[in-house]
Amino acid sequence: MTAISDILLFGYGNPGRGDDALGPLLIESIEKHHDPRVECLTDMQLQVEHVTDLQHRKQIIFVDADMSCETPFAYSRLAAEKDGSYTSHAMTPSALLHAFRQVYGVDAPPAFLLRIRGYDFGLGDPLTEQAAANLEAAIGFVQPLVKSVTG
Amino acid sequence: MTNPESFRRIAIDPVSRVEGHGKITLLLDADNHVQEARFHIVEFRGFEKFIQGRPYEEVPYFVQRLCGICPVSHHLAAGKAVDQLVGVDVLTPTATKLRRLLHFGQTLQSHALHFFHLSSPDLLFGFGSHLAHRNIVGIIEDYPDLALKGVKLRKYGQQVIEAIAGKRIHGAAAIPGGMNKPLSEEDRQRLLADIGEIIGWCSEAVALNEKIHLEHPENHNFAKLNSNFLSMVAPDGALELYHGGLRARKADGSTIFDHLDYRKYFEVIREEVRPWSYMKFPYLTALGRESGWYRVGPLARVNNCDFISTPLAEAARRRFKAYGDGGFVQDTLGYHWARMIEALHCGEAIQLLLNDPEITGSDLVTHGERQREGIGVIEAPRGTLFHHYKIDEQGLIEKANLIVSTTSNNQAMNESVRSVANAYLDGQEITEGLLNHLEVAVRAYDPCLSCATHALGKMPLQVELIDAAGNVVDRLTKGSRGELERTL
Repeated sequence: MTAISDILLFGYGNPGRGDDALGPLLIESIEKHHDPRVECLTDMQLQVEHVTDLQHRKQIIFVDADMSCETPFAYSRLAAEKDGSYTSHAMTPSALLHAFRQVYGVDAPPAFLLRIRGYDFGLGDPLTEQAAANLEAAIGFVQPLVKSVTG
Repeated sequence: MTNPESFRRIAIDPVSRVEGHGKITLLLDADNHVQEARFHIVEFRGFEKFIQGRPYEEVPYFVQRLCGICPVSHHLAAGKAVDQLVGVDVLTPTATKLRRLLHFGQTLQSHALHFFHLSSPDLLFGFGSHLAHRNIVGIIEDYPDLALKGVKLRKYGQQVIEAIAGKRIHGAAAIPGGMNKPLSEEDRQRLLADIGEIIGWCSEAVALNEKIHLEHPENHNFAKLNSNFLSMVAPDGALELYHGGLRARKADGSTIFDHLDYRKYFEVIREEVRPWSYMKFPYLTALGRESGWYRVGPLARVNNCDFISTPLAEAARRRFKAYGDGGFVQDTLGYHWARMIEALHCGEAIQLLLNDPEITGSDLVTHGERQREGIGVIEAPRGTLFHHYKIDEQGLIEKANLIVSTTSNNQAMNESVRSVANAYLDGQEITEGLLNHLEVAVRAYDPCLSCATHALGKMPLQVELIDAAGNVVDRLTKGSRGELERTL
């Protein structure tokens, strides 16, 4: 059986829709370090089956683009929450944590959300300059954070 | 004819639990009857522009970005078109089987998502139940066993995709003339270990759908239409999801065309543009604009095929046909039943392919001479998907035409919405009950609105009622967390 990594870094977003690529791009950057204690996952959007990826972690960090957060990024602890995102094909991370509790009967590991400020999400659009700068700042924040958890 | 502009308009924006942003406008006459329904999909634009100018060999890779729900379908349809661009009509046996396996995995996970997470709440709790409970969380609370199976079914389909394509996004499976990498023996064994359980769960899902549909006769006429059907079939008439000829039949079962080479699709299908919609309205040329609209997807496929090649799914199809008394099942909610029959077929087909010694072969690519035009068609989870490309001398995409499944179902969705609105609209108020019923009708088609962007804070939801004079008389706004607010 494959060993479970201490930290799950999960970036989601569509790389083909401008600044929506911020989450996957951050993961690509961290993945280059090949740290076996950090598992990097990307997907277009969160779905209920992702509860199976959350098991047996010390910590989970979701990374997403956000149109409304402060610049360059915001980092916060997540709580399980039954919200309205179930009415969509895409779930929020809080809703995913809630589903985890329902499916497995226990709370999900401690989870955090890193929101990186994005501006333009058009199909085929490149990353905006501002978003690229925000991404660099976020990468600079995540790298020491990951080291602090993995020791 | 009454002028549509004089109708009162009710706009419902968007439809929840379908991907992206949708909007429904109901055009009422003076007597508050719904004369016309317009289902808007505002994100459906720019596909062709997105593709034009790209090198053809990259197309299967970046079309995955068109959709967060069915990237593999776009990948494979584009892959088939690009095969033709490099002059390859027939792939190696291993490459063909790997693509089929990938496609079955994609269809299984997509169908599982739709039924277990999006539609089963409607069916198990009833359309009128409160939205706060009529969702996947409600299913988890009340039917934990069912919900967990849904999670695992979806996960299994994703594992098939990952085993063949690599990453969940940006996977590279189909390349010009074949496949990128073989399936490892380790992955084959890993997937085989669970497939028996997967088939069992799919069988249970079929049985559940049969039970729900047969025990609720009030559902039979819900959003029901009398439509033509279009789908791909195998040369022997079997259900075919990856490669075959096109079959179109009228509502009475008579054949319009059969086993048509899909590279001639433009001879039998035309696309009408309407000023109020970004989406085109395809129709069967032989029947004309008024009556040539058709339905695609699971309902069309299971109705249209002569049989299914795997035993459990075929037995389920026979029960489905028996319900239809031998004719077409036109119940719109029959989509769910047909969808699970297909999921069962996918499970059985995956098992067969994993036990095929050629599936781990290494002869993956065929070469040919470059052509200037390529057309790829597959049966995506939501229906027939067309990718058509023309390239210039440098190999750059000069022209692209895509007909996605949701576009083919465009008119049918409008007709179903109109039917439901006429049955449930009472006066001039947009009630939660009406909204619920309209959403159930739309959800049966599982429209993919191609809004794969989901950034936090970017989910505006609004319901508007506009009178004949253009005045907004009611407005309901739904926040990103599902909260409703009447803002007028």
